[in-house]
Amino acid sequence: MTDQTIRAPQTVERVRRTRNEGEDAYLEVTDLQVQFPTADGKVQAVQGLTYSLPLRRTLAIVGESGSGKSVSSMAILGLHDRKNTWISGSIKVGGREVVGMSEKELMSFRGADAAMIFQDPQSSLHPYFTIGDQITESYRAHNNVSKRVAKARAIDMLGRVGIPNPARRVDQYPHEFSGGMRQRAMIAMALVNDPKLLIADEPTTALDVTVQAQILDLIADLQRDFGSAVVFITHDLGVVAEIADDILVMYAGNAIEHGPVDKILGTPLHPYTWGLLESIPAVSGTPGPLHPIPGSPPSLLAVPSGCAFHPRCEFRERVPGDLCRTLKPELIPRTVDQGRTSRCHLKEPDKVFESEVLPRLP
Amino acid sequence: MLLYILRRVISAISVVIVTVVASFMLFFLAPTDPAGVICGPRCTPERLNDITKSLNLDQPATEQIGLYFKGIVVGRDYNTGGVTRHCSAPCLGYSYVLGVPVTELLAKAVPVTLSIVVGGATIYLVLGVLIGTIASRVRGSSLDRVAVGGSLVIGSVPYFVVALIISLYATFLPKSQYIPFLTNPVGWAGGLLAAWLCLGLTNSASYTRYARASMIEAMGQDFTRTARSKGISERRVVYRHGLRAAMTPVVTIFGIDVAYQLVNTIFTERIFQLPGLGLRLLNAFNQYDLPVLMGGVVVGAVVLVFMNLLVDILYTVLDPRVRLG
Repeated sequence: MTDQTIRAPQTVERVRRTRNEGEDAYLEVTDLQVQFPTADGKVQAVQGLTYSLPLRRTLAIVGESGSGKSVSSMAILGLHDRKNTWISGSIKVGGREVVGMSEKELMSFRGADAAMIFQDPQSSLHPYFTIGDQITESYRAHNNVSKRVAKARAIDMLGRVGIPNPARRVDQYPHEFSGGMRQRAMIAMALVNDPKLLIADEPTTALDVTVQAQILDLIADLQRDFGSAVVFITHDLGVVAEIADDILVMYAGNAIEHGPVDKILGTPLHPYTWGLLESIPAVSGTPGPLHPIPGSPPSLLAVPSGCAFHPRCEFRERVPGDLCRTLKPELIPRTVDQGRTSRCHLKEPDKVFESEVLPRLP
Repeated sequence: MLLYILRRVISAISVVIVTVVASFMLFFLAPTDPAGVICGPRCTPERLNDITKSLNLDQPATEQIGLYFKGIVVGRDYNTGGVTRHCSAPCLGYSYVLGVPVTELLAKAVPVTLSIVVGGATIYLVLGVLIGTIASRVRGSSLDRVAVGGSLVIGSVPYFVVALIISLYATFLPKSQYIPFLTNPVGWAGGLLAAWLCLGLTNSASYTRYARASMIEAMGQDFTRTARSKGISERRVVYRHGLRAAMTPVVTIFGIDVAYQLVNTIFTERIFQLPGLGLRLLNAFNQYDLPVLMGGVVVGAVVLVFMNLLVDILYTVLDPRVRLG
């Protein structure tokens, strides 16, 4: 395997945790469906997503824009527009059901049990309030403490996320921070209440590569210290290889492949995941043309019948009887390995990968 | 910060000086004889001569402008018909039509206009922001449609029509008059109420739309989502995070707008018969009272420049990203 892990900007050697059977899941998503009714019809953003995540593990959710990865994670915090979103299924965080929670229950839940780090710290921090203001607001929302105590806590958190001179920095505004520092402040804000679940929505996308690596290390370190479960949303497979224990690949609102990171990146079983790997540009050797997946992601207003990926799949002819177009495949184990699942009709996908796709990888 | 303000004040003063010079040239160096215009139809050669002399119209243009500025800074004396009248600083000239110094005349008119605008602007800012914010919260509902539709209707009706309707139909309001605030604060407010309502209602329409649009934009920002993810109440998300961000552009518009109102309350003053700046200048215009018009231009320029300066300074307080230097 491991062509892929080598390609990742690995800075710290992390010991990957293997899944212990029977370990209690902290986050349990069951048959989650998210739809937005619009003038043009229902947007089926997430169509029956199921996964679970125990504490101290990191799940990477990977997919193109519009695959439902962000929407499904917003739903965990109840951050979607309540009036214009239709949600069904179940999201349990630490045993509490989030779907259908009242506004008041959500208030005590958000930030305390689960917190989120957003993609662009520049726009995700309020430009008119100081960093300290924004962190203490989070802390005081869940802890009945004085402003002074909350500020001390904010300074402590800023120090923990590696911001130098936090006592001075705490009174500065976001625009006085660099991009990486802003994301550190954002992380400090998310972790100020010791949430057991941290959702990171492409936290490194807006940062340059060296800062990316630092932020990834920081999240990994803090996860170890706080013992939290992390959902990491990204489209960068290099990041996934570095940080994740498990991967969930999403396409058009569906999970299409799910399993431990070394297995999925080593021997992916779904043609879409193959396409993702093929599309990574080679950084060594002679530069060649890029290999994007042909076509474009489907509209979620009209998801293709059968397997949503079939219009872009080069292997659909291998499946007998037009099955790809007519029958949506289940997310089930497709090989002898029961610890991983995929949603594809193709027979013996591991062999197809080894013999046809692997040689093509850059 | 201090250095910035100092620099802005200096540039503001130079703008005022340029305005004064330009309008001075426009009024007094025109091809028609300003003394003749001021003197009016029942003019005698002595009086004409008198005016020409006292306005220094027989002297070179630069000298005239210099004297005008000297009057503003240290005051000056006017000789009319052998009588010397002292016009103390800041002297904006002398009205021959009314026989009083322009400064005195405008000093009486400015508080009236200021009172009208301050009251009216408070009403339209509060009303507009309140309705706009509520409308943005219930966006798409019938309440929102009523607010937007209503503001469109009010905004499309000419201002003087609203003023006339109020002055004709709102007879239950106290009689429109100007009583100085220091004499009787209740009477002051009562006498101006009709004018305030008129100014407030008509202008609130545009503020409703600004506030609504600005609020919708702020509530769609990433930082609003972040605020929500913290577990604070929706009320706090809307009013602390959303409104705080939405108000910056509104306040900017408001500052410039108030300055504009100060020099444009003429309809309000005319219809509600309040002796403010606009009415004073309108009369001066009808009577060819050039010194008063000139004084009005100077006051108007100072007000506009000062309000602009105030908005810029206020902006640095509202938005910490705006750096001074």
